[in-house]
Amino acid sequence: MRAALTILRKDLRIEWRTKESLSSFVVLGVLLLVVFTVAHDPTPAEAPALAPAVLWVTFVFTGILGIQRGFLLEREHDCLAGLLTAPVDPAAIYAGKLAANLILLGVLQAIVVPLIGLLFHVELGAVLPGLVLVLLLGTLGFAALATLFAAVAVRVRAREVMLPLLLLPLLVPVLVGGVKATQGVLAGGLAGAADALGVLVAFDVIFATAGWLLFPYVVRD
Amino acid sequence: MLDRVLPPLTGAAMLLALWLVFMVVPTEAQMGVVQRIFYFHVAAAWAAFLCFFAVAAASAAYLWRGSARADRLALAAAEVGVLFCTLVLVTGPIWARPIWGVWWTWDPRLTMTVILWAIYAAYLMLRAFGGPDEAVARYAAVLGLVGTLDIPVIHVSVRLLQGMHPSVLADRGGQSGLADPRMRAALWVSSLAVLLLAGWLVALRARSERLGGEVAALRRLAEAREGGGT
Amino acid sequence: MTAPPVRAAALTRLLAGTPVLARVDLTVAAGELVVLLGPNGAGKTTLLRVLAGLLRPSGGELLLFGVDVRRGADAVRGRLGYVGHESACYPDLSGAENLAFYAALFAVPDARARVDELLAWAGLGAVARRAVRTYSRGMQQRLALARALLHRPALLLLDEPFSGLDPTGAERLAARLAALRAAGCALLLTTHDLARTAPLATRTVVLHRGRIAWQGAGDAAAIAAAYRAAVGDGD
Repeated sequence: MRAALTILRKDLRIEWRTKESLSSFVVLGVLLLVVFTVAHDPTPAEAPALAPAVLWVTFVFTGILGIQRGFLLEREHDCLAGLLTAPVDPAAIYAGKLAANLILLGVLQAIVVPLIGLLFHVELGAVLPGLVLVLLLGTLGFAALATLFAAVAVRVRAREVMLPLLLLPLLVPVLVGGVKATQGVLAGGLAGAADALGVLVAFDVIFATAGWLLFPYVVRD
Repeated sequence: MLDRVLPPLTGAAMLLALWLVFMVVPTEAQMGVVQRIFYFHVAAAWAAFLCFFAVAAASAAYLWRGSARADRLALAAAEVGVLFCTLVLVTGPIWARPIWGVWWTWDPRLTMTVILWAIYAAYLMLRAFGGPDEAVARYAAVLGLVGTLDIPVIHVSVRLLQGMHPSVLADRGGQSGLADPRMRAALWVSSLAVLLLAGWLVALRARSERLGGEVAALRRLAEAREGGGT
Repeated sequence: MTAPPVRAAALTRLLAGTPVLARVDLTVAAGELVVLLGPNGAGKTTLLRVLAGLLRPSGGELLLFGVDVRRGADAVRGRLGYVGHESACYPDLSGAENLAFYAALFAVPDARARVDELLAWAGLGAVARRAVRTYSRGMQQRLALARALLHRPALLLLDEPFSGLDPTGAERLAARLAALRAAGCALLLTTHDLARTAPLATRTVVLHRGRIAWQGAGDAAAIAAAYRAAVGDGD
């Protein structure tokens, strides 16, 4: 899997240079947060109940919109051909891209979650470890499917609409599991979130494996 | 087989089902006449589920072997599956409204049906609007497989939602409480009839897809001959 | 006797049912430089991409270094280099970073030294640290060639390497290709520049409508005549 690491480092280096994905993630994320707040205009009393749903909806929508960048950059100058003519297992490309997406999404969350805590009057300090676990599990599942289908979306027409269309129904378990787990963690720690966490773990295992196995079919002609 | 056996068989089963459901089966005590729609509603749900599993199997076969036949089968099964899923989503509210007073509720089973519908509608969108690239069949196959893999996970996850809404359908057992053997018979027969119908439609659609491909190939051949000279 | 780098038999590639390549038989031996000619749409790029492993053959047989690509060409990918129409280099990274990335992917043993060596070879030493986005077309092409040579391939596939090069650049490229050929590399390249490539070629192949219309050796004039005869006056 050294190839996967090489690809990961390359993607991170490009991202560091241009900061394109990251900036669009962050700006979109904050924008969505503002839209939700304005649309619902919650009182300080009702705001915390909204927080989990707002967190996950913002995250999923922003993630879907921003994740295509990772494969668009391989389309420029036919870079994908460079990767595919190298003695590299396509599954390693998947692993590398997945890891890069995880890191970028992690940075997005590191910015959005405290903001939500602020805007929705939620005390994050005590529940942080549990929350981080929930976010990690949910992000892994999200990225596993999103990376796979982003590779599909960059090759088809109507790609801006196609990716949300394909991903949103498939990601329902992540949304539901994530929101429920977050509610459980905010209410009383990990114990309350056990069922939801189970769903997330199952999703992660199934779709990380499926992505790993199916990616070669998507990327090779 | 397709033209000689399936049509009359399906027709006969359908007629039998209709007769049973409207003539033989007694009116259900609690729900009244509208309950009769249940026999077709459940049958359509079965048909949709089977179609979606067929999509997954055909998709896997296509990825594994590249068989164009598998690809056509996947497309046909997806179309018919979405058709029957739509029927489920339409007959459900028709049944529910007189009985529970609401057109819709986010009960786990209904939620699951909507999501399933959305996944395979997206599959059809991908095939229709994905563009001329022939790799689209491969992408759709991946989607078909992933969609079916997701079904059990979605099923478990929407049960988590139960806490949010009081279940209006507490005694909606589906098949439980079918005391009268005539009702059970009607359910079996209507299920069989609808499944036969679904199978017939899938076979027809797959065949029309094959014929369409042959016509396109002939057209290309004709154009090449005209344009080429030698 | 070692297997030839390329042995294709009845190679076919369909696109939406139409054959873009139709029963192509082609063998390229080590130390050969084969030039592929043909009108636009003849299938030259497709042939190269099938040989490079970017496209799967729809029919026929393809053996690279004796290995059937259907059974998995991963093992031999380390022995071939491909330069397509595009440079396959990331515009936001520098030339040196791009080469270092590919050197890592190909597990080139003496990566750092090799990268420096090829940067010098390509005449890009001065701009090595600048983003590829700032390179001229000629510079990008030289970088692409350097990228393909990092792992010392035994088979080099080049798609129109002379296009977009000024006369000096083209001369230098021709000299480099001749040197590679002399060193035992097998090369297959497509071009529209007959005059430039005829002296280099050990053999020329004319592709027309997906089929080999003519193969042989000769000087530029002879090949041009054969080309006209094979392809007709259409394009």
